[in-house]
Amino acid sequence: MSLGTATRPVRVSSPLAQRRDTSGSVMLIGSLVWLFTVAFTVWTALELPAVADEGWRVVIGIALWLVVALAVIAGLPLLRGIRYRTEAARADAAGDLAAARAARSRATQSGWVAAGWTLPLIAVAVFAQFLAANDHAVQTTFFDVPFMLRSLQDILVGFWVNVQIAIVAEVLILVWALFVALAKLTPGVAGRPIRWIATTYIDIFRAVPSIVVIYLIGFGLPLAQIPFLSDLGPFWSAVLALTLIYGAYVAEVYRSGIEGVHWSQVAASRSLGLSYGKTMRFVVVPQAVRRVMPPLLNDFIGLQKDTALVTIIGTVEAFTQAKIYAGNYFNLSSVTVVAIIFIIITIPQTRFVDRLIERDSRAKTRS
Amino acid sequence: MAFLELTDVDKSYGDHQVLNGITLQVEKHQVVCLIGASGCGKSTLLRTINGLEEIQGGEISLDGDVISGEGVDLNAIRTRIGIVFQSFNLFPHMTALENITLAPRRVLGVSKAEADDYAMKLLTRVGLADKANAYPDKLSGGQQQRVAIVRAVAMNPDVILLDEITSALDPELVAEVLNIVKDLAAEGLTIVMATHEMSFAREVADTIAFLHEGRVLESGPPDQIFTAPREERTREFLHRIVEAGRL
Repeated sequence: MSLGTATRPVRVSSPLAQRRDTSGSVMLIGSLVWLFTVAFTVWTALELPAVADEGWRVVIGIALWLVVALAVIAGLPLLRGIRYRTEAARADAAGDLAAARAARSRATQSGWVAAGWTLPLIAVAVFAQFLAANDHAVQTTFFDVPFMLRSLQDILVGFWVNVQIAIVAEVLILVWALFVALAKLTPGVAGRPIRWIATTYIDIFRAVPSIVVIYLIGFGLPLAQIPFLSDLGPFWSAVLALTLIYGAYVAEVYRSGIEGVHWSQVAASRSLGLSYGKTMRFVVVPQAVRRVMPPLLNDFIGLQKDTALVTIIGTVEAFTQAKIYAGNYFNLSSVTVVAIIFIIITIPQTRFVDRLIERDSRAKTRS
Repeated sequence: MAFLELTDVDKSYGDHQVLNGITLQVEKHQVVCLIGASGCGKSTLLRTINGLEEIQGGEISLDGDVISGEGVDLNAIRTRIGIVFQSFNLFPHMTALENITLAPRRVLGVSKAEADDYAMKLLTRVGLADKANAYPDKLSGGQQQRVAIVRAVAMNPDVILLDEITSALDPELVAEVLNIVKDLAAEGLTIVMATHEMSFAREVADTIAFLHEGRVLESGPPDQIFTAPREERTREFLHRIVEAGRL
């Protein structure tokens, strides 16, 4: 060892600065995924339109070539990645380690981006292949468009019944569930049996499958020949069954909201001389309702979907109509129509609930 | 007999004795300050007077009526004894004005116009007339606490209990709240307050009661307690306060 190097401080190689270079392998992964995706989508685009129905050939062709175009565009980050790699090599040669490291990191990132954006396109192509399988049997069974259009009108008439059931049940549930929640929270020794009754009701209706409750109410009550209750008819039986089922869930939602109101609010209200009832009415419940909006709406979305279950007691709603079409023409595309309608109705609501939750969590972090 | 009187009051949570034979007399128009270390029972004592905590022994009376024990109409008593909390406890879903008028309207049955009118007068006095329609989250801590005081005062109580009302406030907001307390005391309202603001207590209180481990260890006029405390514990406590630069 020469004197010169011995007196110089020893440079410990820092693990931070000497990160292993993975950009090459990531770029390779990205490129392979991209190449496979382009090849697969091109093959699909060439193959599929040939077996499609006459009217569909053009539409499917355009759609699939669009997928190919997207796959090609998703490869652009790879070009950038190659540029970053050359930059890194140049910086290395110039001895600028920091710049080389940064460029390599960007190249790695580009490789992952290319892989991440091409993968979903493979899924799209696979789904297209699935539709075309067995001489496009899947497509004609589930997505026979002329048949779907033919069934649409009757299904929409039926769906209006679903909407009515849902709205009427929701209004009833809002009142009924609050009543049950307050019963479950009745204070004192005197209130204990009331709490028991409320708990039993909630337990039972959360335990029994919805379809069983609907069946029992829809068919059982008329058989029992009880005045009034037996003459409800399919619509009101459905409303009653769904109100009882979802009333149990929403009661629990209300209860958690009421219990979530801080005890100091109750103390403040009671200290002003407000009774238990007035404290609930003016202070606790208004705050509880605000905070349970998101879970409440979630339950209502579940309720809207479950309106399709009432088909088993003969209520003529969307699914019933769709099944009639499906049975008569031996094709399930009409049921797909029902699915699509529910998707259209439900997704905006789910997004709305997500936004409410986000807003609430932001408000919470602020305070 | 004193206006507000506590005789031998015991309070415990399970095995934990929080108040241990508290005896305290508060004359009408007096200001009594409770001082003592955290956990000595100041807050619990105030909460028992308001009936927010049940007591296990002893008796509390107001103006000659016993107001503790089974069968008393707590809602009625609470209209005569107001309390203001350390953490304000305003109702977040109501405006300042609605916070103040809730009890007068729903408990005393005052008309909305009358309650609003009186609340506005009180808000003007504490300098918050322009905040009448603001929600609590739009008010500073000092403003919230002033609204909370007005909310208690709006019921025209005989006694008002203040539970460390400045402890949750930033230092520069303490004065605006204490000035209101001074006004209320000058008007002759009977006040029992738990506080760590020693100089304020010394200036405004008629009587200081030093609490230690659930007992009133000693009480007397502020000058005596602050300059010549009889008890060793009181001396120690005040010494620590002085050391901390709070007196």
